[in-house]
Amino acid sequence: MQNKIEELLHEPLVVINVGLKGFAESLEQQEVEVVQIDWVPPAGGDPEMIDLLERLL
Amino acid sequence: MDIKHKIEIANEEATRRLISGDPVLVDIAPAGEVIPGLEGRMITHSGPPIKWQRMCGAQQGAIIGQVLYEGWADSFDEAKSLLDKGSIRLEPNHHHQTVGPMAGTISPSAPVWVVENKSFGNRAFCRQVEGRQQFGDYSPEALASLHQWRDVWGPTLRKALLKMGGLELKTIITQALQMGDELHNRHSASSSLFSNAMAVAMAEAEILRESAVPTLKYITRHNLIFLGLAMACGKAIADPASNIEYSTVVTAMARNGTEFGIRISGLGEAWFTAPAPVVDGLYLPGYTAEDAGLDMGDSAITETVGWGAFTLGGAPGILALVGGTPEEAIAYTREMKKITTKAHPTYLMPALGFAGISIGIDIRKVVQTNLTPIIDTAIAHKDPGYPIIGAGLVRAPMECFKQALIAFGQRYNSQ
Repeated sequence: MQNKIEELLHEPLVVINVGLKGFAESLEQQEVEVVQIDWVPPAGGDPEMIDLLERLL
Repeated sequence: MDIKHKIEIANEEATRRLISGDPVLVDIAPAGEVIPGLEGRMITHSGPPIKWQRMCGAQQGAIIGQVLYEGWADSFDEAKSLLDKGSIRLEPNHHHQTVGPMAGTISPSAPVWVVENKSFGNRAFCRQVEGRQQFGDYSPEALASLHQWRDVWGPTLRKALLKMGGLELKTIITQALQMGDELHNRHSASSSLFSNAMAVAMAEAEILRESAVPTLKYITRHNLIFLGLAMACGKAIADPASNIEYSTVVTAMARNGTEFGIRISGLGEAWFTAPAPVVDGLYLPGYTAEDAGLDMGDSAITETVGWGAFTLGGAPGILALVGGTPEEAIAYTREMKKITTKAHPTYLMPALGFAGISIGIDIRKVVQTNLTPIIDTAIAHKDPGYPIIGAGLVRAPMECFKQALIAFGQRYNSQ
């Protein structure tokens, strides 16, 4: 397992970043290839709305 | 049947009704003769209900202008005194099958567009669109256009229209959307198509030259003549989709410059409101964002039925007025697909591969995606006494949709 992780880290990395763009930008500054996925939590993370939507949608 | 299934069936029906709308211009008549419940010393206004004291500067200015126009007072001070005492009844347009641009003021003698939805038999009304009094300018120059509309332009068009036997508007709307209009702030195509039809009708009705020429000049030089018609169409299309049990589809979005309000099909006549938002806009020379009032007008009925900023991607010409890039416009249009129930089969946008406009705003999708409807709109001054000062883009406030979803849950979740 340890060897596999080391192997992975020695290969060129392509990172998929989900959500906050800041993480992707930091990696890009370090010349790491990043695929950005725009994602926000449902209902902006509002627990009352998430609960309602679970019942209505 | 579980509640989710009931909502889906109800929303399908609401969407079917929205798509089936078949608006026809059937009359142009004094408001007091045709708008149900508009009588005596009464003025209707845009947005959800609001008292005179809480109205924004522009709406107060427009109401003062409307009082002066009706001759109920001879001066600003006299008009204000009548309003302060509560001697003039003020009610929302939406409570009377009606819509009005910006401050949206309508009083009994003002001719209104009368649009009938032939699929359902309901009627809706909208006032004349102009660039001064509806923005809060109550000067004699601003009121001159209202007088001309009442005394010459409106009656002349009415005579021609009645002789013609009405004018089908769905055809004009379909064509205009394919000619680069979005039917809220860009009406270059629709206004031309309407003027063409009315020019022929006026000739056939043998209107006298002294009425025909000024009326033709008015309609052919007025880039937004069709906005009042589009708004009446929007209201006539949206109303039959109201009051469907279990439907989460939005049937009205309206602003009074103080509050933004929405109505939901399954929640009847209730308004869900939040403070009116700031419009992100471009300003006419001499004005800046510091002069601007907040979002105002019933004209968001156009977005409610899928036009306006919902079709911005198909109408890039509008960006010169409201700002933004063609790429952003296409992104807005695609985004609205995420919060609506269906694509319209007839109202198409060539620039987006002839995609149908997105129709049927679903409050559940709005809250889930955290995306609220986008609206393109004109901007009024924060104080009374000014004409239009700019135009721009604004988002409906999320708070309205959250309140509506909570109310919907309370009403239906236990059933």
